[in-house]
Amino acid sequence: MFETIFQLLILFGGLSLLAFGGGIAVIPDMQRAAVDVHQWMTAQQFLDIFALSRALPGPGSLIVVLIGQKAAGIAGAAAAALGMYGPACLLVFFTARAWHRARERAWRRIAERALGPIAVGLTFASGLVLAEGSEHDLASWGITIAATLLLTLTEINPVPVLLGGAAIALVAG
Amino acid sequence: MAQMAKKNEPPSLTTLCWCFAVIGIQSFGSGMSAWIRREVVDRRGWIDDPAFAAGLALSQISPGASGVNLAVFIGATLRGWSGALATFSGMMLPPIAIALAAGAAWAAARNNAMLDTALNGMGSAAVGLILANGLRLMRRNIRDVPGALVLAGTTLAVGVLHLGLLPVLAVALPVSLALNWKR
Repeated sequence: MFETIFQLLILFGGLSLLAFGGGIAVIPDMQRAAVDVHQWMTAQQFLDIFALSRALPGPGSLIVVLIGQKAAGIAGAAAAALGMYGPACLLVFFTARAWHRARERAWRRIAERALGPIAVGLTFASGLVLAEGSEHDLASWGITIAATLLLTLTEINPVPVLLGGAAIALVAG
Repeated sequence: MAQMAKKNEPPSLTTLCWCFAVIGIQSFGSGMSAWIRREVVDRRGWIDDPAFAAGLALSQISPGASGVNLAVFIGATLRGWSGALATFSGMMLPPIAIALAAGAAWAAARNNAMLDTALNGMGSAAVGLILANGLRLMRRNIRDVPGALVLAGTTLAVGVLHLGLLPVLAVALPVSLALNWKR
């Protein structure tokens, strides 16, 4: 039991620091560790957990809580969350403070202008990668494009748009 | 941004925690930064768009879950240590509790096909939420041709060609900095 909790902490602590570009990037590594290396679950169970994590509120990286729970109950879930969020959040905290202290500096204005287009590009890229990962067929793209237009051109709350997506998929499927 | 921070009182810890709890509960899939921008920039005006975009880029560049990073970044910017704790716990604790309950329910009974279809549709709409956020960010962060080129190059390299984030940034960051240096 303690061994499993220790393994969860080390696994997600390490993976979180490798997860450049968000949690999605390390999903294949998580699967290899949980299914093949530590054998906490079968491949099918991992797939179920992944689908579940996408449907739940909160960040997609919450999948680590479900993996931890499956491996070692509540304590496992806590260890997985601590590993996933602890080191990465500390790092970003110190970055934010340094950034904030530099708010009057000329270089920060330059850096801000330089980072803007990169942020927008990475945002579009994550949308494209996610669409690809979820086997987007024609109906799925229809939902995606309709949601994009609605949310760009109107001030509608996103929750009904998400629910509408589910309803259209049910009717079309 | 500097003037705004001087004029406006930073939000209280309770307000911060509550605001991010609402964001955490409402966001599905991976549209977290869209929800954060909507609340923090559009509705509450705590941070302006260029400052948000820079924070977003730094959160995406830093390792870890970028939405969670962004929450910590904004909390730390507005209120330091306690602000970061407020945004993190507000955003994470309710979804973690829900995930644990759902995980226990899943262990008892498996998903059925109808649920899978509904989840897929929801996921497709969530991709739209991310793309719409990109379009909105574009309006106030892309002002010239060099900016548009950096945007297009980053999108192509990561989103279409699937190049790793590290090599892409190793090129995009110096290029973007050089393009903005003299202005």
